[in-house]
Amino acid sequence: MYRYDQYDQEMVDTRVAEFRDQTRRRLEGKITEDQFKPLRLQNGLYLQLHAYMLRVAVPYGTLNGTQMHALADIADKYDRGYGHFTTRQNIQYNWIKLEEAPDLLADLAKVEMHAIQTSGNCIRNISSDQYAGAAADELVDPRPYAELLRQWSSFHPEFLHLPRKFKICVIASDNDRAAMRLHDIGIQIVKNEAGEIGCAFYVGGGMGRTPMVAPLIREFVPLDQLITYSEACLRVYNRYGRRDNKYKARIKILVHEMGKDEYARQVEEEFAHLLEQGIEPPLAELERIKPYFADPAFKIGLTEKADRSDDKFARWVDSNCMPHKAPGYVAVTISLKPVGGIPGDASTAQMHAMADLAKEYSFDECRVTHAQNIVLPHVEIGRLNELYGKLVQADLATANIDQIGDIIACPGLDYCSLANARSIPVAQKISQRFEQNGKGEMLGQLKLKISGCINACGHHHAGHIGILGVDKKGTENYQLLLGGSEAEDTSLAKITGPGFDEAGIVDAVEKAADVYLAQREDGERFLDTYRRIGMDPFKEALYA
Amino acid sequence: MPDNLGTSPDDVQFRFRDDEVVDHAAVTVDAFLDQSNAAAVRIEPGDDARELLPHLERIKLVEVNFPGFMDGRGYSSARVLREAGYEGEIRAVGEVLIDQLAIMRRCGFDAFAPVNTLDEADAERAFNLWNEVYQKTTDGRAPIWQKRHG
Ligand code: HEM
Ligand code: SF4
Repeated sequence: MYRYDQYDQEMVDTRVAEFRDQTRRRLEGKITEDQFKPLRLQNGLYLQLHAYMLRVAVPYGTLNGTQMHALADIADKYDRGYGHFTTRQNIQYNWIKLEEAPDLLADLAKVEMHAIQTSGNCIRNISSDQYAGAAADELVDPRPYAELLRQWSSFHPEFLHLPRKFKICVIASDNDRAAMRLHDIGIQIVKNEAGEIGCAFYVGGGMGRTPMVAPLIREFVPLDQLITYSEACLRVYNRYGRRDNKYKARIKILVHEMGKDEYARQVEEEFAHLLEQGIEPPLAELERIKPYFADPAFKIGLTEKADRSDDKFARWVDSNCMPHKAPGYVAVTISLKPVGGIPGDASTAQMHAMADLAKEYSFDECRVTHAQNIVLPHVEIGRLNELYGKLVQADLATANIDQIGDIIACPGLDYCSLANARSIPVAQKISQRFEQNGKGEMLGQLKLKISGCINACGHHHAGHIGILGVDKKGTENYQLLLGGSEAEDTSLAKITGPGFDEAGIVDAVEKAADVYLAQREDGERFLDTYRRIGMDPFKEALYA
Repeated sequence: MPDNLGTSPDDVQFRFRDDEVVDHAAVTVDAFLDQSNAAAVRIEPGDDARELLPHLERIKLVEVNFPGFMDGRGYSSARVLREAGYEGEIRAVGEVLIDQLAIMRRCGFDAFAPVNTLDEADAERAFNLWNEVYQKTTDGRAPIWQKRHG
């Protein structure tokens, strides 16, 4: 994976010094809270219900064991022994003291990490496919391109005061595992008819209160124009993005109101101009970055069979392992969704354990997924039994990836000042319900996503089943949505009808699941059945 | 709206130019486009700096106003002018804060007239904080990628 050179290290060290100075000026009263807020946000610090929350960037979701150990140490030293992995492949700490934040950032810088631009109205951490470099279906590893974009977007002087936050995702497979088209810019690395590698640009997607699937605005941007084209996209947005209304300030609104063709035309105009400015790093820079992502030394002649005699192990393999491009290997997803647990939470001990397992079984690499789990990307099939045993010991062996228990949930009213309703307890009750009734595994792939308010941090629009917390005359209420997808078949979920209370929403999810079980045809997932039979049968079951 | 809305040389707290401070009253972009003798113009966040490009040779001073520091359109305005070859003064006026100084420099601002005077020591530190930069702009600094590849 990527390693900093002296320049990258100097940039993060300077940032720590800058933030230390900003914090000093704030504590001395030289700057107001209003002036300080965007500064701390650009260093990942939010003020929440009970304390400061700090979000650490995990660029394109890739970490080494040393970094995972460091994240665990930070959870111990500055938080209460927990970290929370997020839907944008980052990690968040919920109990941070402002005075300690500069030291925390300095600890991160020691392991080539940072919290730069993890919040605020700027270009955020770049996300990618959690199986990059391992997936059998990828064209190339998308991460060198993401790293190039990371450096370009970090401290970009023109784009640190955008109308609103800006999220970029880079993938290189037709199978989208990163919700690419729900980003402000989604880039898919593609091959054109001439056999050259380049980038397809989708611009103007997002969730929040007005969810939109990003339209394609350019089929092919040559690799040596990637940065220039991105800069053109951002400049047009910075010029016209709305500043009068923060709910209409995202680029999705601009592209929608202006029309994608007009937006694309203006980008082309700016692009033509910027091409003359020589702002693009040479291809040699991409070539410098690529070897960092070269394949590890995969062994050959490995066994392709695991001993499946233990039934629990076999079920875990079926749900948590993903085919790998190298024979004899799989990518293993460690579920951070134990039955009744808090989705995405990991304790200090678990983070240390995952770091050790990454080192022992996966060439010292792990990944954070947008579904809030952790991947060991390169594991020998022949060592799966051994690995599974150790995961069981660390309480990390839940076998439920992409099943109904693998719930994405936002922090909700337990932590978040914007929430209408709690998300975590609902997630806990649903996973318990489907464990008790034994239907979880039977349902197969069923992605359930919960947000505590319309901001959609929990991706409810993109859930096969989505749950949205609303405020109904001062009590917590939940709307049910069906039919969303964040994958290559991106779609937005639709509301079923009137909402439910907390107990009611758990029952409603079970009723919806039962409709599927009764009506499914061979090989259909919940989503496929819904798409075939439509909303009505579900409504009948829910509101009869 | 009065034509004369510019800052005076006395308002300029930091300046990175050797020439005389420009002392023309800046006019709005609309007024500027209407009259052929104005040499100083003020860009508001909603103005399109590209409208000035046909007239660059008669401009001596561009003020870019930041009524609120969170509105970042002025950064693009300054870059657009510099990329078109404008070499006169670009003065940041309005809510200009310590932590904006370095990035404003990068975007082509070379004079600063903050509405509230800034602490000199803090400003000095801010201007000199970043030894390295990742992006190429018109400020002449070699980005990191250029240093890596000579
Ligand atoms: C607890 C504090 C949090 C607050 C106050 C918060 C606030 C918000 C707000 C206001 C939005 C809507 C932004 C917009 O539409 O422009 C949003 C979107 C989002 N947040 Fe959060 N959030 C929080 C935590 C999280 C966490 C923990 C995650 C990850 C699990 C997360 C992931 C997201 C995502 C993925 C979006 C959707 C982005 C989009 O619209 O494209 N947020 N958040
Ligand atoms: S969806 Fe709403 S409740 Fe949940 S974290 Fe985001 S802002 Fe908070």
